[in-house]
Amino acid sequence: MSKKVFLLVSLLMMVAALVGGLAQRVQAQQPTPSDNDVNRVARQLYCPVCENVPLDVCPTTACQEWRELIRLKLSEGWSDEQIKEYFAMQYGDRVLAEPPQRGLNWLIYVLPPVAILAGAVLVIRILRRMQAKPTPAEAAPAVLLSPEDEYLKRVEEELKRAEKSGR
Amino acid sequence: MIASFGFGVLVLTFLVSLYGIGAAVYGVRSGKAAWVESARHAQQLTFPLVSLAAGALVYLLVTGHYEVSFVYSVTSNAMPLYLKITSWWGGQAGSLTFWIWLLSAFTTAVTLRRWERDREFLPWVIVVSLVTVAFFLALVIFFENPFNRFWATPTGEVEAFFQPANSVPIFPSDGRGLNPLLRHPGMIIHPPMLYLGFVSFVIPFAFAIAALVTGRTDDRWIRLTRRWTLVAWLFLSLGLVLGGRWAYDVLGWGGYWGWDPVEIAAFMPWLSGTAFLHSVMIQEKRGLFKRWNMVLIILTYCLVIFGTFLTRSGVLSSVHAFAQSAIGPMFFGFIGVMFILSLALLLYRWTDLEAEGHMHSLLSRESLFLFNNLLFMGILVVCFSGVIFPLVSELLTGQKVTVGPPFYERATAPLFVGLLFLMGVAPLSAWGHSTIRTLGRALWKPALVSVVVLGLVLLAGVRSFGALLGFWLVAFTASVTLYEYGRAVLARARRTGENLWMAFWNLAGRNRRRYGGYTIHLGIVLMAIGIIGIEIFQQETQGTLKAGDSIQLAGYTVTYRKLDEFDAPDGRNVARAVVDVSRGGRYLGELHPRRDYYYASQQPMTIPGVRSTLEDDLYVLLVDWRPISAEGATFKVFHNPLVNWVWIGGIWLIFGTLVAAWPDRDPEVEQARTVGRERLARQTA
Repeated sequence: MSKKVFLLVSLLMMVAALVGGLAQRVQAQQPTPSDNDVNRVARQLYCPVCENVPLDVCPTTACQEWRELIRLKLSEGWSDEQIKEYFAMQYGDRVLAEPPQRGLNWLIYVLPPVAILAGAVLVIRILRRMQAKPTPAEAAPAVLLSPEDEYLKRVEEELKRAEKSGR
Repeated sequence: MIASFGFGVLVLTFLVSLYGIGAAVYGVRSGKAAWVESARHAQQLTFPLVSLAAGALVYLLVTGHYEVSFVYSVTSNAMPLYLKITSWWGGQAGSLTFWIWLLSAFTTAVTLRRWERDREFLPWVIVVSLVTVAFFLALVIFFENPFNRFWATPTGEVEAFFQPANSVPIFPSDGRGLNPLLRHPGMIIHPPMLYLGFVSFVIPFAFAIAALVTGRTDDRWIRLTRRWTLVAWLFLSLGLVLGGRWAYDVLGWGGYWGWDPVEIAAFMPWLSGTAFLHSVMIQEKRGLFKRWNMVLIILTYCLVIFGTFLTRSGVLSSVHAFAQSAIGPMFFGFIGVMFILSLALLLYRWTDLEAEGHMHSLLSRESLFLFNNLLFMGILVVCFSGVIFPLVSELLTGQKVTVGPPFYERATAPLFVGLLFLMGVAPLSAWGHSTIRTLGRALWKPALVSVVVLGLVLLAGVRSFGALLGFWLVAFTASVTLYEYGRAVLARARRTGENLWMAFWNLAGRNRRRYGGYTIHLGIVLMAIGIIGIEIFQQETQGTLKAGDSIQLAGYTVTYRKLDEFDAPDGRNVARAVVDVSRGGRYLGELHPRRDYYYASQQPMTIPGVRSTLEDDLYVLLVDWRPISAEGATFKVFHNPLVNWVWIGGIWLIFGTLVAAWPDRDPEVEQARTVGRERLARQTA
């Protein structure tokens, strides 16, 4: 009996300790969010009224209030992503630093890499097509001379040419 | 009176330009050289005429004629004289007039040169120049007249040039004053630099079109305009660097480049222009890529106009603003027409622009230049899509979106890395023929140096992959460039017996284009150091401090002392904080971050307090404060490592461009001079 009471009491104490610890930890997780926390989120958002001004630097009163709103949401335990979604819902996609990846917006994520790849393919094809065997006369100097000599020769040639045209 | 005079002169200039275009075309069609000569005179007349109109505008600005709406919107009695003059380009209508003035100066300068060898180009260069001048004049005359005045009509106040019926003129006693953000030395010289860059690109374009029309397909047009292109590039680069400096000093977000559409508008012609500067060398040396060079210069011209359009039409704030003002569709139409006409001309001459040579190896200088062009075009595509997409989205779906720095940084970073790498390899590859072996033999020494530097960076405790890659590339490119200098200097010293300094001087002096180019590369490397520093290692923190409290960042301690609030005589309220900065217990000095509030324009302006060294910047912003200053103030503190290397690299780059663009002695003039001198010597003998 006393053993059972002891067990029960210790169990209760453990639960209490756990709950207490948890409560403490929950409190530790939710201090008033610092300016840095607010800026971390605000930096990823754009001012809904000004043109192309990130929310963390916008000096207007409206933006100050929005930053306070972020602080409030953070203290309520919202994640960065949730806050960003909330702002996008309220003020439209323009508050996000990048267009969300859906619908027409895919264009901007797909087109530039496709264009660059197409350019690369084109360049390689052009190089292939234009690559003909060098005639012996053209190839000879590069083969005969070491790069050091070749370089000196290039310098000399250009100096000569420059001197000729300079006088 | 003066306003009417200015406007009248603008209209006259417009008519003169139209006449010049007609005379040039008629002259060349009918083979009558006198008409072409007359067109040339018309062209030369535009500059003095626009100068008169500009003089009238500046006079109105300086004397405070606030009945002119442009004067009212950019000046006020309290402004100092130099600001009243420079507010000429502080607003829409004025800055367009300024654009025209610079353009007419440059195009007039071109017609002043001697044209003996290139007479067939002359009429077409005049046509292209004058068409561009006339377009901008039309914008100013019909839509953005800087000489418009205020009138009171029974229905309200209107702005118009001609007096509306039943109206009386209004004479305000003071103006609104220049936007405070623009009252900064950087902002005063930044637009002229950008515009100079913009307008000088018109000249190579004009010659390219002339070459296409006349069917003269050698590289003469490139050689004739090489210096113009460099000058354009110089000013555009200077404009971009100054713009960055202005943003850093005035905009108060701790950075210098925010991938804002307005910045990108100026960056795009720079990208295509830089690609052009490189690829023309292939045509000059090897007779290749004639068509591509045409494409690049056409693109650059169109991007210049497009950049002006983006910043001047209001399209960036909303596509609907674009539709409302007539200036947007005008720009759009003009770019479209010029682009299509130029491309049509290019297609017409397509077969004449056949390459003269062959490519021999994938590692030759010319193929590496081609990859360089590919990367520049890649960055251009990213920038263009990023700027244009929000407009497309708003137009098609009504949904506004923002394309911000994360997009651009992710998309362009690999391309910039590639460019930096090519900048290291290409100078050591030979024209025509290069193999892995020849290239490897040239590269191993600088590569070794760069690996040693990488080791040192690792030892210093840097672990970020991006930073390691960046610093390695910087070291690699720098050592290749210095190695190129060193080899050539030693070779020359050995051959001529000059000392090293003289050898260096003579070498660089005799081949300024190459060594100027390498100097520019070194400038880019220095800028890259700064960019890596701020992009990867920037830190920031924000906190509200009571007097005597401190905030720590990156080893620095910032202690809030006091805050004073007072009214300055030029119509602003100033809140100026005093903070102490120390590091490791050592006192380093005071900083004075402040917030200026301009009453007239109801605009705040945040001026950081910055402690600047070669190692880093400590950048302190005053974000907010309590009415009783002892209760506290909020500060945002940035630590920007290495950021000053961006500016140092910028100056270095400008220096390199000056070296490359400095005029050579004209061989013909020199020859004439020598002959004259000999004759004189003979006579006196």
